[in-house]
Amino acid sequence: MKITTYLLALLCPALLLTSCKKNNNETTPETKSTFTIEFDNQVNGSPLTLNTTTYKNAKGEDFKINVFKYYVSNIKLSKADGSSYLIPESYFLIDASKTESTNITLKDVPTGDYTKIEYTIGVDYARNFAGAQTGALDPANGMFWTWNSGYIFVKLEGSSPQSTAANNALTFHIGGVVDPNNTIRTFATEINATNPLRIRTDGKPNMHFIVNAAALFTGKTDVSFATLNFTMGGPNSVIVANNYANGLFRLDHIHN
Amino acid sequence: MLALSIALMYACSKNEDEVSQQETKIAFTVPSNFPAPTYNFEDNKLSNTGFALGKKLFYDARLSADKSVSCGSCHQQFAAFTQLDHKVSHGVNNCQGKRNTPPLINLAWQKAFFWDGGVKNIETSPLNAITDACEMGTDIQAIVTFLKATAPYPDMFKQAFGSTEINSQLILKSITQFTAMLVSANSKYDQVMRKENGAVFTTAEQAGYTLFKEKCSSCHAEPFFTDFSYRSNGLDLLSADEGRSHITSVQTDFGKFRVPTLRNIEYTSPYMHDGRFYSLDEVLNHYDSGVKAAENLDASLKNGIPLNSSQKEQIKAFLKTLTDHEFIKNTLFSES
Ligand code: HEC
Ligand code: HEC
Repeated sequence: MKITTYLLALLCPALLLTSCKKNNNETTPETKSTFTIEFDNQVNGSPLTLNTTTYKNAKGEDFKINVFKYYVSNIKLSKADGSSYLIPESYFLIDASKTESTNITLKDVPTGDYTKIEYTIGVDYARNFAGAQTGALDPANGMFWTWNSGYIFVKLEGSSPQSTAANNALTFHIGGVVDPNNTIRTFATEINATNPLRIRTDGKPNMHFIVNAAALFTGKTDVSFATLNFTMGGPNSVIVANNYANGLFRLDHIHN
Repeated sequence: MLALSIALMYACSKNEDEVSQQETKIAFTVPSNFPAPTYNFEDNKLSNTGFALGKKLFYDARLSADKSVSCGSCHQQFAAFTQLDHKVSHGVNNCQGKRNTPPLINLAWQKAFFWDGGVKNIETSPLNAITDACEMGTDIQAIVTFLKATAPYPDMFKQAFGSTEINSQLILKSITQFTAMLVSANSKYDQVMRKENGAVFTTAEQAGYTLFKEKCSSCHAEPFFTDFSYRSNGLDLLSADEGRSHITSVQTDFGKFRVPTLRNIEYTSPYMHDGRFYSLDEVLNHYDSGVKAAENLDASLKNGIPLNSSQKEQIKAFLKTLTDHEFIKNTLFSES
């Protein structure tokens, strides 16, 4: 029994290799490599410092941020010829309090020149309703609502003198996937064709995104903390999601 | 009777080899008068070891913040896994929750959980109880840490899932092997429907069944005795608990709650989302003469459900045929 298992284990890659060889004669080889994305958390151009720094929203109101976490998932890369590659099982939780989480590594991506990247801000519909998950989607990460199943896509907590909530708190837990309060948003950006994302076996490029936390509060609707300082899903979360859909991420540059 | 039902097969020869000969292999069976389940163990292979682990976790009070409350404290088997005599759930530090504990029966057929349908997957439905300050008052990471350090859990996880890894996913999957197995389908009603053992309704039960189909089944639909919809049955003019609209943010859902199952209703008192009624008499009196013109009252209840006293007795007689003694006493589900 054991021996046959080992034999099979040995044979399988061998078979795969021979079949790969065959294909190589006809098409370009399917080589894979790695790239990284750095999420540079900022507030209106200044670095995001939790707990201490005071920032201003678009209405000119002061605020501080204690917690800033968000999901990036279903990362998809496209080439100039229109072909695209969806990175399987790409779920990442970026947490401003954990430096290591702000730099993500994407492995086994087919090599090539990519001219567009898109991803979900949050978690796709299906995974919100799926059974118990692990890794980035582990409910232990504090980004899962236990009373209304589904993930918190973007979580910003802090304070503002303008907030009428207890302790001047700001509580923005954005999530929900059911219409009319669906907050799943997709971010997409073209990559300058003169400097595309060049994934090579000998080159592991890094994409640098600026993430503007203040984008939650401006864009389609300028938010005043006097009137909106708490949301956990529902119509007010939609207002915030519509704000950050376009403003949260900006591709700054690529190191190829 | 269960012999009639379709056994779902779990082909995992390795596990089967390890199950000793005397021990019967646990199987999830679909009663012949039930439709196909929503939860089918596809991504959570049922095994004796997984079930045993889930059951142990279910009854282990050490998982709660003050080590006083287990799932089984609120979901008691003799009460069809609801909490007897508690209007609303009673958790750690003697804290009172805001809602009546629902029974845990036939959950594998449910698409949404909780009185307001907020939770969409059986696997994630214990999380709220674990983290709620008023229920078990702890967090899942604390439980993971506790289990890693407490024998025989690491061994049990290894037997159930093949690795000593303990994480929230495996905890939730094993608990679900227990909760999804809580199938109650052997009441007198079921036996009559399946024409088993020559079971027949008494005259009163039959009259009650006829009345029930006329007046109650539009919401409490067979065979689960709920259509799983959210409705208001007019308990209050203005509900203190917003109910379904808490989840949907839609005003027309305000004060609506999931139509509850009536299986084992004899043992699941008190009744309604806030446990306001202690007896079936009070419930029937409500439908007969207590229905309030709530904002979102179900249209079919506009005039209540007038019932004379003999009709009430007949409906009660029928409701008691929904008691499944085998389920309530099944040692497979008992704390051992
Ligand atoms: C303090 C009492 C309490 C404890 C402890 C408790 N529950 Fe519950 N459970 C409840 C209440 C109350 C609800 C209904 C909540 C609601 O509708 O808002 C519920 C709902 C559920 C449901 C959904 C049932 C349905 O039909 O919608 C499941 C499943 C469940 N609990 C499993 C568990 C498990 C597993 C545990 C242990 C980890 C547990 N519960 C611990 C009180 C409790
Ligand atoms: C319009 C739909 C509807 C009809 C018709 C209806 N019910 Fe209900 N029933 C409900 C809803 C909704 C609840 C839960 C209400 C709540 O807790 O807010 C409920 C709750 C109950 C409960 C409490 C169950 C528990 O576990 O707490 C019983 C018992 C009950 N109904 C029996 C009946 C009987 C008997 C009839 C027929 C005479 C009937 N119902 C007709 C919708 C209905």
